[in-house]
Amino acid sequence: MKVFNFMGWRLAAVVFSAVLLVTSIGSLAVRQLEWGLDFTGGTLVEVHYGDSADLDAIRNTLDSGGYEGATVVSFGTDQDVLIRLPSGFTDADGAAVLAVLSDASDAAVELRRTEFIGPQVGEELREQGGLAMLLALGLVMLYIGFRFQLKFAVGAVAALVHDVLITLGFFSVLGLEFDLTVLAALLAVIGYSLNDTIVVADRIRENFRKLRRAEPVEVINISLSETLGRTLVTSLTTLLVLISLAVFGGEMIHGFAVALIVGVVIGTYSSIYVSATTLLLMGVSKEDLMIPVKEGAEQDDLVP
Amino acid sequence: MLNKYPLWKYLLVLGVVCLGLLYAAPNLYTPDPALQITGESSAQVIDEATLRRATDALEEAGIDHFGEEIDEDGRNALIRLRSRDAQLRAQARVSRALGDGFIIALNLAPTTPDWLLAVGAQPMKLGLDLSGGVHFKLEVDVDAAVERRMEYYYSAIRRALREERIRGRVTLDGDRRVALEFRSEEDREAARSIVADNHPELLLDRIDEENSWRLHADMTDVSVDEIIDYAVSQNLTTLRNRVNELGVSEPLVQRQGRARIVVELPGIQDTAEAKRILGKVANLEFRLVAGPDAPAAEKQRFEYRSEERAGAYEWLERDIIITGERVSNAQASFDQNGQPNVQISLDSEGGTLMNRATRDNVKRRMGVLFIERKYRTRYEEQPDGSEVPVKVPYDEKKLLTAPVIQQALGAQFQITGLDSPMEASELALMLRAGALAAPITFVEERTVGPSLGAENIRLGVKSVQVGLALVVVFMVLYYRVFGLCAVVALTANLMLLVAFMSLIGATLTLPGIAGIVLTVGMAVDANVLIFARIREELREGRAPQMAIHTGFERAVSTILDANITTLIVAVILYAVGTGPIKGFAVTLSIGILTSMFTAIMGTRALVNLIYGGRRLRHLAIGKDIVQGDAA
Repeated sequence: MKVFNFMGWRLAAVVFSAVLLVTSIGSLAVRQLEWGLDFTGGTLVEVHYGDSADLDAIRNTLDSGGYEGATVVSFGTDQDVLIRLPSGFTDADGAAVLAVLSDASDAAVELRRTEFIGPQVGEELREQGGLAMLLALGLVMLYIGFRFQLKFAVGAVAALVHDVLITLGFFSVLGLEFDLTVLAALLAVIGYSLNDTIVVADRIRENFRKLRRAEPVEVINISLSETLGRTLVTSLTTLLVLISLAVFGGEMIHGFAVALIVGVVIGTYSSIYVSATTLLLMGVSKEDLMIPVKEGAEQDDLVP
Repeated sequence: MLNKYPLWKYLLVLGVVCLGLLYAAPNLYTPDPALQITGESSAQVIDEATLRRATDALEEAGIDHFGEEIDEDGRNALIRLRSRDAQLRAQARVSRALGDGFIIALNLAPTTPDWLLAVGAQPMKLGLDLSGGVHFKLEVDVDAAVERRMEYYYSAIRRALREERIRGRVTLDGDRRVALEFRSEEDREAARSIVADNHPELLLDRIDEENSWRLHADMTDVSVDEIIDYAVSQNLTTLRNRVNELGVSEPLVQRQGRARIVVELPGIQDTAEAKRILGKVANLEFRLVAGPDAPAAEKQRFEYRSEERAGAYEWLERDIIITGERVSNAQASFDQNGQPNVQISLDSEGGTLMNRATRDNVKRRMGVLFIERKYRTRYEEQPDGSEVPVKVPYDEKKLLTAPVIQQALGAQFQITGLDSPMEASELALMLRAGALAAPITFVEERTVGPSLGAENIRLGVKSVQVGLALVVVFMVLYYRVFGLCAVVALTANLMLLVAFMSLIGATLTLPGIAGIVLTVGMAVDANVLIFARIREELREGRAPQMAIHTGFERAVSTILDANITTLIVAVILYAVGTGPIKGFAVTLSIGILTSMFTAIMGTRALVNLIYGGRRLRHLAIGKDIVQGDAA
């Protein structure tokens, strides 16, 4: 089979990743994230109008009804309207908004959903989310360190941090709403990207033991070429279902699907370049992976 | 021989798939929209006549209905409707026809055939985002509960010192400490032994300074936790009772974390009504049982609240000794003889009042009344001839118990003569529930309308279908016969996932559906890994049978590593996530587990069946590999 010289391009990859990372971190620092209601707290009402809804009229109705500062946007179709009240309104306001709108409109206004999140809940959720992310990274690093070797664990975590940051950056740059489902997607990205990275790492380990005379760069190139087919096919099938979810799944799940699509694309790239480049940077060699006893046994475990 | 499974392995795979089919099957039967009729009190029996009144009302309104049934003990009745749109109208009609005393709830009646129910197969429960309904998260103000307890200690200690004629200064110091200060060491030691006797749960600490002997009584973390647990469990009980009043078919009231309670009410749209009922306060009254010669104007008749004593009643005096606000704690316990009792603590004012009322009435009986605010529906005619239901509040007072007063009571006394420890703990809970409960606030509220719920199901199912179809087409085109095997395994995996979720009673939510979709995409990964290996082995010039064999062998450890790490992430998601995120984590984890079975064992069984034990020159695993095309 053909062996691609992946690592020959690693400088370009480092530059590419660095640009993406700097953009992401910069945007996260400056623009931050468009936190969804789950995290900020506040009140949200989604209503459905019989005819297409006049957003300006709705805004005026709400302003005169004592709900100043409400954001009114259409949601999916022009008949569905999403109203967000800034925090400070109480849990009783969701129902009240519906009453105000029903009184002002000739056509029937149907309640789709209301959400009220208290400010302390939102704050806790943000903390919990960050904690979950760190916990996931930590445990995964531990597992890989145990199953493979410390350098692999660092490589895998570097790839994960890379993927999560760039996905977050994507949401920040485009100003997409970051809600609870997106957080779930982000954790799923960690799971997915890891899956990819481990398959590659598994092959690198195998080839280091098999091709004893080859240079590390060569071994990694061979391993990446061998797993390339699988990496692409799996990413493709996952992307296929995610695109289906993004197109047909409806508004409530759209952010989730988009986050995963971005994450899967980045995750595929990072499993090829980021973790392998990190391995080379740390000077991985066959000594890291040799089994001290005998070769060929099925027991591959190495404790770093 | 290579690539032949022993018969039992084929049978195992076949058996698991058949079981999966059986337990996934109930989800194919769409439930009927229905009305569920329950009596407001458990004594209320629903008979044929009641049901007829309900169905007559529906016929009058021209609402199609069928399949009426009353369950065996006459507690519930079910009326199935033809259309979901008519459900609300039907509910209004039936509650009008039956009047007060009945709860009419919207319900979705499963249509699972009896033979499936007989083996314990049930359809998956739908989350609120799919079924529509209200989700509340309430927070119990535990600080207030702790503060109340401190005030109780403060006044109890002051009273005890006064009674024992010990001079000293008692103050509240911070939110966990009562500080006492004395002029002499003797006074302090006397006070110390009293406090230690009366409140063994307090942590006592002597502090000596010049001319001042002080004593710090601190509440320990353990007792603070106990108070919090009490406050939360007390609120849980009251909320459960009230939720039942709302007439929801499958409500959920659950503690979450330290001081939060989640309430989920499927099918409820009117959040204002729900909150009014959830947020109301119950109360208690202590009154003497009226003597036999008491004039009628001075006594009132009250029925017992418990089901066992339904119909029994007592005459109580009109004068109230104390109300529930004076109760600071009630706890089920046992006396020296091992008999169950309930220990009641009152605040200082309550103790004085109780003492005054009981010291001259030893050997008489005292009734404990439980008061709940309830609502009656009245129908008011509008100018245009239509009727609107109006809720009229009233207090329902029922007797909890009426024990004999054995001696003059103070701030702490006990109710004995209870039949069982169960009765004691129930009474204690009711006393606490009736006492001024720790205040609760709504910290989160989500409502999903029924139309959005239905749409979410439709969209979710569609995205699973389209996603699956795309994967099927790709896999078959790319991997040919092997792709077909993978696709069959993938379908089996979906079915097992659904079966497993139905079996363990997991709730399906919209993020849960997203998890299923993701599983479809990722589950084929195991097969892709195996097939890529087989292709490699072929390229290296191995014989087809050998290539299949080593391909499967070698891929398994990679698959395990990859899946275990994903599982770790899913478990973390479950542990820290709330509501919808948990749903996603559950489907993702189950999906990973079932996919390992189907992708490794299931696909292997199929491949073995097709290719095993034959002489092969060629494998249909994608067009670029032909036997002998060695690298």
